[in-house]
Amino acid sequence: MGTKTQEYAIIDNYLCIKMPAEVDHHKASGIRECADQLILDDKVKNIVFDFEDTTFMDSSGLGIIIGRYRKISCFGGKVYAVNANERITRLLTTSGMTAIVQVV
Amino acid sequence: MEGNVINEIKLEFEAVSENEGLARVVIATFISALDITVDELEDVKTAVSEAVTNAIIHGYEEKGGTVVMSAVLKKDDSIGHLLTIEICDTGVGIEDVEKAMQPMFTTGSENERSGMGFSFMEAFMDRVTVTSSPNMGTMVHMEKQFKAYDARQ
Repeated sequence: MGTKTQEYAIIDNYLCIKMPAEVDHHKASGIRECADQLILDDKVKNIVFDFEDTTFMDSSGLGIIIGRYRKISCFGGKVYAVNANERITRLLTTSGMTAIVQVV
Repeated sequence: MEGNVINEIKLEFEAVSENEGLARVVIATFISALDITVDELEDVKTAVSEAVTNAIIHGYEEKGGTVVMSAVLKKDDSIGHLLTIEICDTGVGIEDVEKAMQPMFTTGSENERSGMGFSFMEAFMDRVTVTSSPNMGTMVHMEKQFKAYDARQ
């Protein structure tokens, strides 16, 4: 379910989410619930999705990013994707996601 | 493409999200002996993941049902291999397939989906056709050709 605490860290007003090896619809609901709880409780402004461990992602991953962006962008927050491999970087770029997420 | 059928599988599974990973592993194993690139393998896994997810979320509205994935591998000496995958559900169906296949289209009820499922299938496979009728179900037919190694040069 992705509820392990070390997968979510809050540094300053940045929420860092360690994404699982396979980001699909099955994993999406757990990530969404945990992230949204933390966004509510801790007044998170920005979100960093860490794809270091991720080897697979389908369009459910885009849904996670879009949904979180909607929650924080109205307060001026930004969304980042870090440590994404070549394929995931390409998915984010070609799908137009770079309009809302900065791939670092 | 003409050619001889060299392998064929049919997998029936419950429409629960745990089985999205199962479907990906099965299709990856099915084509693992082919001389294909890592990217081609990931393309097929992603397309399957999208179609199976659609069946679970939209076809069966996350209430469960049976998803059938069948795959056929054909070989033609001059062209290479052709993979055909069909993913079927007997769920609610799609009223307007053309509309559903437009990029960014999602059913209004949930804003957690990207609306890119069919776009991903079309981007990663050579051919995608969707047959659906309301209350009967949906069949996604996808094809991808893998050129023979000599033809890649």
